[in-house]
Amino acid sequence: MNPYIPVLIVLIFGLTLGAILSGLSTFLGPRNPSPEKSDPYECGVPKVTNANEKMSVKFYLTAILFILFDIETIFLYLWAKAFPNLGWFGVAEIMVFMVILVAGYIYVVKRGALEWD
Amino acid sequence: MGLTENEFTVQFIATLIKFAIMAGILLQLPPVMVWAERRIPGMMQRRKGPNRVGIFKFRLYGIVQPLADTIKLIMKEEVVPEGAQKAFYHLAPIFSVFPAFLIAMAIPYGPDIKAFGFTVPLSVIRVDVGFLFIFAVSSLAVYGVTIAGWASNNKYALLGSLRASAQMISYEIPLGMSLIPIVLIYGTLDLNKIVEAQNHVWLWGVFLSPISFVLFLISMFAETNRSPFDLAEAEGELVAGFHTEYTSAKFAAFFLGEYVSMFVLSCLASTVFFGGWQVPFIDILKIDDAVGFTGVAALIGFLSLLLKAGFFMWVYVWVRWTVPRFRYDQLMKLGWHYMIPLGLINVVLTAVILAAVRF
Repeated sequence: MNPYIPVLIVLIFGLTLGAILSGLSTFLGPRNPSPEKSDPYECGVPKVTNANEKMSVKFYLTAILFILFDIETIFLYLWAKAFPNLGWFGVAEIMVFMVILVAGYIYVVKRGALEWD
Repeated sequence: MGLTENEFTVQFIATLIKFAIMAGILLQLPPVMVWAERRIPGMMQRRKGPNRVGIFKFRLYGIVQPLADTIKLIMKEEVVPEGAQKAFYHLAPIFSVFPAFLIAMAIPYGPDIKAFGFTVPLSVIRVDVGFLFIFAVSSLAVYGVTIAGWASNNKYALLGSLRASAQMISYEIPLGMSLIPIVLIYGTLDLNKIVEAQNHVWLWGVFLSPISFVLFLISMFAETNRSPFDLAEAEGELVAGFHTEYTSAKFAAFFLGEYVSMFVLSCLASTVFFGGWQVPFIDILKIDDAVGFTGVAALIGFLSLLLKAGFFMWVYVWVRWTVPRFRYDQLMKLGWHYMIPLGLINVVLTAVILAAVRF
């Protein structure tokens, strides 16, 4: 059997299970909507504005840096799998890779992209 | 041709049965953990914790309390806040539940069962790129948190989800890096092969790569948004974080997702660093022949893994009631300034030592 058939089965059943669980109270619970009840919670004070406001640019920066470093991690996995066949050549290769990666990392740190205040 | 069709049918039915059993176990997890998470701090703080709810006269240390809580949560009214993005609001709990379930199915729970000429693996999903699969799926958990906070139209929820998503993606990098030395040492991405390679206590990952274990343990707490990294739901500042606006069964679904992903990471830590279903000082693969009954080894392996994972679950609770919460800049500094460089050094160091030993 193709090893990815179970993935499909679990995906379908998992999504269904999640949908059923989170939908249970829609069918079982009472339903008495009122304007006060559906007001977004702001510690009892009527809400002033909608929540979709500006957010700190730091979060975007973190997301972009995450993508860069996560791809490096995936590269390292492939290298780690091939390591027994590469021998010392693999070690030399990863040293070159690391030098480039660390140079970028030091640049990011020096520019203060990771400082939160 | 007939034989392969037979094989397919057997494996297909086995997959369904294994999924049903695992789903059953995972759904029992939050009630037990909620109970443990009240009783253990009760013990730590010299108070009793919940001990009143029971069946008729049998109180059973209050273990029925979470069951009562669950029923109460399901029977409550569902309140959707005004101005919420309806479709996303309803999708978010599903997105926080199913990635955890999907990873839980990929962990090997015991040695293969060999019966009637068929070999049934004791994990629902067995792919030869187990690690990559787990990382690919665990990244999806961020969506549940992000969507929940964004769709609720609540400022606390938005702030909580921003914090949580930035934290989760930041700690995913050290989490990924901490396991690269394991791949280097055992030379495979298949989780079951890694467990099989750890057939002696001194071959366990924790002894071969201790820095990896420390990195993994810290990232584990950050990935699940647990104390001391529970800034996403810092009660004092953000009410409840990203699930502030969720009520009834949807609120419970977030808890299910959190506890299942805690359990999954505990299982992963035991699998990678503590020999998974291996039992120390006993060759578990020989038990079946010694007893003369198939499946005993699988059962013992399963219990062994559950015991190890249970220890990590206990560590989760222990740490929660011992260590105070980090500040957000400290959290990010720890992740980006210390753990990522340490992870890189760990990878290079392991590679050099391995090359010196092997080549």
